[in-house]
Amino acid sequence: MNNAQDNPFRSEKALKRLRRRRNADMRFQGYGIVALGFALFALVFLISAIAWKASGASTYHVIRVDLELSPQTILPEGDASPEEITRNIEGFYSLVRNDLLTRFPEANETVQSKRAFSSLIDRMAVLPLAREVADEPHLIGQTTSVDVPLSDDVDMFLKGAAPRAIFLRVGEASSPMRNAEEGDFKIEVDRLNKVSAKIAAIGQHGAEPTVLLVADKSVGRIKSMEDGDVILEILTGRQDQFDGASVKAVIIPSPEDQRSVSDQQIAWALALKAEGVIKRVPHFSLLTHTDSTYPELAGALAALVGSLLTMLVTAAVSIPMGIFAAIFLEEFAPKNRLTQIIEVNINNLAAVPSIVFGLLGATLLLGTFGLPRSAPLVGGLVLALLILPVVIIAARAALRAVPPSIRSGALAVGASRMQAVFHHVLPLALPGMLTGAILGMARALGETAPLLLIGMVAFVAEVPSSTTDEATALPVLIYSWASNAERAWEPMTAAVIVILLAILVLMNLAVVLLRRKFERRW
Amino acid sequence: MAQELGQLPMGWLLTALIVIVVASGFSIGRIRAERYLIAGGQKFHSRGNYHGYYVAMWGFIPPLLVAGLYVLFAKPTALGLLSSELPEAFHTLSSAELQSYLESVANAAAMGGYSGSDLVFATVTGRYLELWGSLKGATLALMLAGAVTGIMYARRKVSPAFRARLRVERGAEAFLFLCAAIAIATTVGIVASLLYESLRFFAEVPFTDFLFGTRWNAQTSAEFGALPLFFGTFMIALIAMLVAAPVGLFSAIYLSEYASVRTRRYVKPLLEMLAGIPTVVYGFFALLVIAPAVRASALGINSFLIELGAANGPVLAAQPTSALAAGLVMGVMVIPFVSSLSDDVINAVPDSLRDGAFAMGATKSETIKQIILPAALPGIVASMLLAVSRAIGETMIVVMAAGQRARISFDPSTDLTTITVQIVALLTGETEFDSPKTLSAFALGLVLFVVTLIFNLIALRVVQRYRDKYE
Repeated sequence: MNNAQDNPFRSEKALKRLRRRRNADMRFQGYGIVALGFALFALVFLISAIAWKASGASTYHVIRVDLELSPQTILPEGDASPEEITRNIEGFYSLVRNDLLTRFPEANETVQSKRAFSSLIDRMAVLPLAREVADEPHLIGQTTSVDVPLSDDVDMFLKGAAPRAIFLRVGEASSPMRNAEEGDFKIEVDRLNKVSAKIAAIGQHGAEPTVLLVADKSVGRIKSMEDGDVILEILTGRQDQFDGASVKAVIIPSPEDQRSVSDQQIAWALALKAEGVIKRVPHFSLLTHTDSTYPELAGALAALVGSLLTMLVTAAVSIPMGIFAAIFLEEFAPKNRLTQIIEVNINNLAAVPSIVFGLLGATLLLGTFGLPRSAPLVGGLVLALLILPVVIIAARAALRAVPPSIRSGALAVGASRMQAVFHHVLPLALPGMLTGAILGMARALGETAPLLLIGMVAFVAEVPSSTTDEATALPVLIYSWASNAERAWEPMTAAVIVILLAILVLMNLAVVLLRRKFERRW
Repeated sequence: MAQELGQLPMGWLLTALIVIVVASGFSIGRIRAERYLIAGGQKFHSRGNYHGYYVAMWGFIPPLLVAGLYVLFAKPTALGLLSSELPEAFHTLSSAELQSYLESVANAAAMGGYSGSDLVFATVTGRYLELWGSLKGATLALMLAGAVTGIMYARRKVSPAFRARLRVERGAEAFLFLCAAIAIATTVGIVASLLYESLRFFAEVPFTDFLFGTRWNAQTSAEFGALPLFFGTFMIALIAMLVAAPVGLFSAIYLSEYASVRTRRYVKPLLEMLAGIPTVVYGFFALLVIAPAVRASALGINSFLIELGAANGPVLAAQPTSALAAGLVMGVMVIPFVSSLSDDVINAVPDSLRDGAFAMGATKSETIKQIILPAALPGIVASMLLAVSRAIGETMIVVMAAGQRARISFDPSTDLTTITVQIVALLTGETEFDSPKTLSAFALGLVLFVVTLIFNLIALRVVQRYRDKYE
């Protein structure tokens, strides 16, 4: 009888070899899991990074005030047409600004301070208000509540994005004592050590960080501090508001000359926020406004409509044409050289870089045919050619899935080939063809490069109303916003990406539902 | 009168006319056929509807041809007639100036006429509207005449013995063929337009200078050596493939050989989502997240090397946009292109090969490494080729994250530029046609088209052979 030592498969060497081989097997499987994990991680990371960035644009800060729309400012010449009212940006702007200025006497002191205060709101931000008043002239002379978006720099600060600020509650302040110098005063604060600890934790980068103390609607800047005592320079509000108030400290590490908002502007913004004039509201204007050079006023409406018009053209051209081409190739094409060439051609066309289609559009459609630049018509045609192979391939697969018995049955009762296809095969293949077409449309919706080459990258401030108007599309808007330098554009861009991805998800969902409803096993 | 004609909305009119013609042609044919039937004549070969289709077809084709000619030639003809009528004073203009003048006239006319203070311009625009109006009127008249002639001709043919259905079906088949031929027309259009513009470019810049020159400076001065662009394209595609090839291949192996049916059902669509995300989104991601990370790590490596004493200055360029950032993100994008096709070809390897290997006592990984992968190799190579072709032709990621500077550098943290980036840079914004700067974009496009075509053809051929072998 064999015992373990004699069996060559049980010898120590053999067992060791077996262990090695099994370990190699485990390792190999591990590589697969790691690779798959990497790919899935990349997907999750990409989507969550963009979603996180986009969440910053879901709300924004507006100034909400009750305003008397005084006729003297809005209608300086007594009477005006709606166009003239809309054009009177300056009037509306001064109305809003002057209302705010009454709250801050120090902002009225010099030209510089007034200018600094004015830049809390961009001039064009009152345009929606002006349009509303022009539409409803009966508002003139009445007092209404108006929302005016805050300048993007201040908005970014209040959202805590840039410049970064640290907010600390530092407890109660003592009653202020007049200091030697004019305008400064000295107070004692409960837990000032928290502030010093934080400053030490940030670490010194050459410049001293700015520290502001906020008590209700008053804001002061710390000039110096010594164990619990601070010397405060008042930026806005009154000294006596610090008396016994609970004080908040705002630490801003970056030095004043390196940021786009000054200490004084921050103080005003904090005071306005404490007063409830600055409110954080949902950012619906992202969907209702058109493009603008100011991030807080820009929206994606024009691009959304532009994409829609482009897609209409693409669908109208590529879906019928793709389906007919597929019917020809699958049902009627004789097996000859020409058919073969067409087949190879379609497969190749599916892999031609999209930018080459843009070049084709630029020379043939814009140059030879003289179609208008930047128009959804041209964009739609180019994208239709781009996705035509995708639609054809999907439609052919759908036709092939219809069993030959259907055709034979139709032919047997005397239908012609054309009748067999159009009366019997096509209705059965149509759901499959449509799912392929929707997938093709989803690809077209995300294409950017061909549209850049036919000029759809232009700045479009008006919603296009026809397929020959100047227009842009969602992915192109993403590209142009992403190339803007200001930080405030990043969350806006990410938000438009979220809109685009949401549309794509809906389209794919439609495909899944269509498949589930019409899926048929023969 | 003619000026008013110039304002006609031709798009709607043409469509309406064709719809009316088709509808009336159909009813004329059908009614005529039915009259025979009611009269109790012989039995018809085709149903009344087919006679209707037949007449409608004859009413439809002539106006469609006229409309096609109008779309192609109306504007150039009107402008040509106009420029031949322009007074002496205009002859001093250069051809480019004249072209842009005529273009502005056409634009003003398209807006409904010019009402400004420039009298000359107003007169010219008015005359152009007149010319255009007569052209439009003539087109409409011609379409109508063609339609009526066609319908009259076809109507006479309606008779019991006439095989209308066969004619209609032949017509329909021809239409289906035309739709399929669009694919060829597209390819021909691409090749013709790229070749035409490239030949004009090579008439000014020698071919060899373009292919082998090492200085590219198309924007500012006339230096068209495209070698740095080819290098940048190659470098970024290489980085992308270094990511995508192993990840895609191992994912495919795991999904087809190890994963359970359930895992496969959920994970495969997730993996393919990577291919469904628009490339501009990848570009934004590369610009926002990956490029700063690459820069930070390059800076870290630099200071580490300096601290070690291995270098006395920065080694890596650490640019804000870099080849590595673009390449990494592009690699993630092309993973599904590798994994999907590889998955298919691995699945196509017959189970008898696997069973044979298992019967010999091979472990799963040995079977995969020594039996399945060699058998599936052609297909895998094809999937890699297709992925490379994707990476070479990809535009938005590199436009946003790779940079604009044309140079040859092996440092992955430096910014490189690619063929596609330069095409976009040359053709967006202010473009003057006919300058070598603009034309060079088409030469680059031609190179891109030819290279990707070669990759695709090889890949498709290999996949075809492979299918023939196992299926």
